[in-house]
Amino acid sequence: MTDAPLVTMRGIRKAFGPVEVLHDVDFELLRGEVHVLAGENGAGKSTLINILSGVYDDYYGELVFDGRKRRFRHPIDAANAGIATIHQELSLVPSLSISDNLFLGRESTNDLGLVDYSSQLEKSAAILSDLELDLSPMTIVEELDISVRQLLEIGRALSRDASLLIFDEPTSALSEHESSILFEKISALRGQGRGIVYITHRMEEIYRIADRITVLRDGKVVGVSPAVDLTPKGLVRLMVGRDVDIDAVDSADHSDEPALEVEGLRVENNAVPDRPLVDGFSFELMQGEILGLAGLQGSGASEVLHALFGGLGERASGEARLLGRPLPLRDPEASVLAGIVLLTNDRKASGLAMDLSVLHNASLASLTRFSNRFGWMQRAAEILAVSELSETVGLKAPSLEAPVRELSGGNQQKVYLAKCLMTEPQVLLLDEPTRGVDIGAKSDIYALLRSWVGQGKSIVVITSELEELLELCDRILVLHRGRCVAEFTRETATKDALLAAAMGHQLTGSEAGGREAR
Amino acid sequence: MTTQSTLIKWIATPVGRAVLALLLMIVIGSVFNADGAFFRWSVHRDMLRQVSVYGILACGMTVVIITAGIDLSVSSLLALGAVFFAWFTLPLQWPAEFAIPGVLAIGLSLGSVSGFLVARMRIQPFIVTLAMMVFARGLAKVVSGGQKITNYVMQPDGSAQLIEHPPIYELIDSRILGGNISVVTLIFALCVLFTWLVLSRFRLGRHIYAVGSNEEAARLSGVPVRRTLVLAYAMSGLFAAVAGICQAAQETHGDPETGMAYELDAIAMVVIGGTTLAGGKGSVILTLIGVLTIGYLQKILSLNAAPEATRLMLTGAIIVCAVLFQRGRR
Repeated sequence: MTDAPLVTMRGIRKAFGPVEVLHDVDFELLRGEVHVLAGENGAGKSTLINILSGVYDDYYGELVFDGRKRRFRHPIDAANAGIATIHQELSLVPSLSISDNLFLGRESTNDLGLVDYSSQLEKSAAILSDLELDLSPMTIVEELDISVRQLLEIGRALSRDASLLIFDEPTSALSEHESSILFEKISALRGQGRGIVYITHRMEEIYRIADRITVLRDGKVVGVSPAVDLTPKGLVRLMVGRDVDIDAVDSADHSDEPALEVEGLRVENNAVPDRPLVDGFSFELMQGEILGLAGLQGSGASEVLHALFGGLGERASGEARLLGRPLPLRDPEASVLAGIVLLTNDRKASGLAMDLSVLHNASLASLTRFSNRFGWMQRAAEILAVSELSETVGLKAPSLEAPVRELSGGNQQKVYLAKCLMTEPQVLLLDEPTRGVDIGAKSDIYALLRSWVGQGKSIVVITSELEELLELCDRILVLHRGRCVAEFTRETATKDALLAAAMGHQLTGSEAGGREAR
Repeated sequence: MTTQSTLIKWIATPVGRAVLALLLMIVIGSVFNADGAFFRWSVHRDMLRQVSVYGILACGMTVVIITAGIDLSVSSLLALGAVFFAWFTLPLQWPAEFAIPGVLAIGLSLGSVSGFLVARMRIQPFIVTLAMMVFARGLAKVVSGGQKITNYVMQPDGSAQLIEHPPIYELIDSRILGGNISVVTLIFALCVLFTWLVLSRFRLGRHIYAVGSNEEAARLSGVPVRRTLVLAYAMSGLFAAVAGICQAAQETHGDPETGMAYELDAIAMVVIGGTTLAGGKGSVILTLIGVLTIGYLQKILSLNAAPEATRLMLTGAIIVCAVLFQRGRR
């Protein structure tokens, strides 16, 4: 009996309106198995797990869970049956404490039926220490970073003692170190005979944890295979249906003229005043250069970008010059006009206006360019510029009038990128430019960024994926606790050395394969 | 075939749904036509006149609601505008070309104060405009001494004397185009046009939608968020002053108690049109349709001599139905 699959889905078909998005999909998950669902954005992975977790109940086909034929009517049905889902979209309530969130909907109560806070706090503290998070369970979630929230989401699911856990891109907001905590947890769950469905766009993750891989393309299963029998190249070919070049391209030549000079950048920490988030960071960015900032969560890399753009206001101090002219570091409006623009790591919260159209989002940061001095919009020029640029970034949208909300994650990110490029900046600050983007769109974005720096423009980029840094950057600075601790060139950088530096290891120059910075 | 599917698609859009609701209301009017009264143009003309003051308020309300805010102060600003207009033109005997800009400036400034408190002091719009609602009502009573300002004017020697209304009163309260359209309706139409231009054809409109949809994204795109918010509330104050002038002209005096709870009608009209209180979505065209829908509802009920109580209950029920209907598009 225990050898029977935990989940069997047969002949699953699901349509949204007239459009069928899953065509006759079969899926099987064994106990004690980590099963990766792979596929490009829009392949149907999320729809499939939404059926499994009770979000959709209007589908054709059969679902057998734990030996019984089931049709979950509601996510609560699925949760009660023992299915825990960690969604890509965060589902914590920002204004409640960590503890309140962990026990939301299943509060422990005492004999009087009142919430038993002390036992909740105790259990929460245990969950937090299990996740290696040094936080009080009373902390309000609003104050936490996105990566910490993601970890809490995982902690909450783990504490539910479910027999099936579904992870939908759980690491897209996590650093390498946090991801490795997650993988340890997943291995332990596998050892306990639980079933795990895992969705990710990261190749190395797939091979790190997968026992078996099911590949979806355009709503069909195009391959099921044990992970050991499928090469990365073969997997990509299955996913995209063609060969994709994922090898690094030679770096473009860049000049010796600095585009951006930064001296003594400092960002105050509101929570801990004597430990600034960025502590005297100085660097130069050359014209035509892609500079990477590496660092684990809390390294201050993200704050460097926000401070340079002026998004942090009074908290930032220091000096910065863009092509010799001083930058105000205070005011995003002035920064955009000066020729520096920021792409934040959270397109939904701070990047795009989801209700507005592709057109209105893409032009939002450049409206002065498309209006006369009375503020009258020159719409023909706007439409022309946006359609040209959406072709350049390879945007696939039903029309320029479509609300951004209706696009896939990858296309939303392309709209965001188009918005930044539309301002014709000299320097582009990119915080996780490929978050939640499928592999095809990723290589599009890389190619776009390379051709863009080819025109003498420059980029500072942060990404939690070390491969991405190594592939994209001409030079990498590593931050640890708000200070620059190492510098690597494209030739000297290796994953191990980067990670060691980011974790604060003081390797010698030869060991690290790079040289220590100042 | 293709025209049919285009039509179906159009009905699924917000404007399509709002128009459908309005048509439904007109059909109901045609059925309960009160012995053919509903088919007379004069009935429609009167309906348009009666909704115009509300409609003018709803224009400003639309702008504020798209920024994800709310303006509860419009009814009091209307009363303040009416009082100032009567005071300027009757006891002070200012000519209209000074009185009107004066009143508009007052509405604009008090709206800007609300906007400043929302944008700079980060107080919630509901609280700010609630405070402004109470404050402006009080100010209207101070200016008028708690009484209607009429053409029965105190003279310096202590005697009271009845004076002629200046011609502006007659002008605003009259009809043009062969008596077919009221001047207030024309003013309302101009307000709709102005709002439409601002929202759809000017940079400011883009800023307003962006701030309402995602303020942080707007800020990081270099949108002047504070200035945008101040301008949105200032516009609402300006329209409230316009409505106040119309109200005073129609009532032929400045009443500090006038326009009580008009802000709720204005909000209802915006919402029935399909503009959501969450911000970032909607348009003044939707509001125009919402204004007409409520206008027809009221007219049909009064033509059929429905009692006040029935009218109120039906209006409440229809607001809920209209919003549910609008939501069906998701």
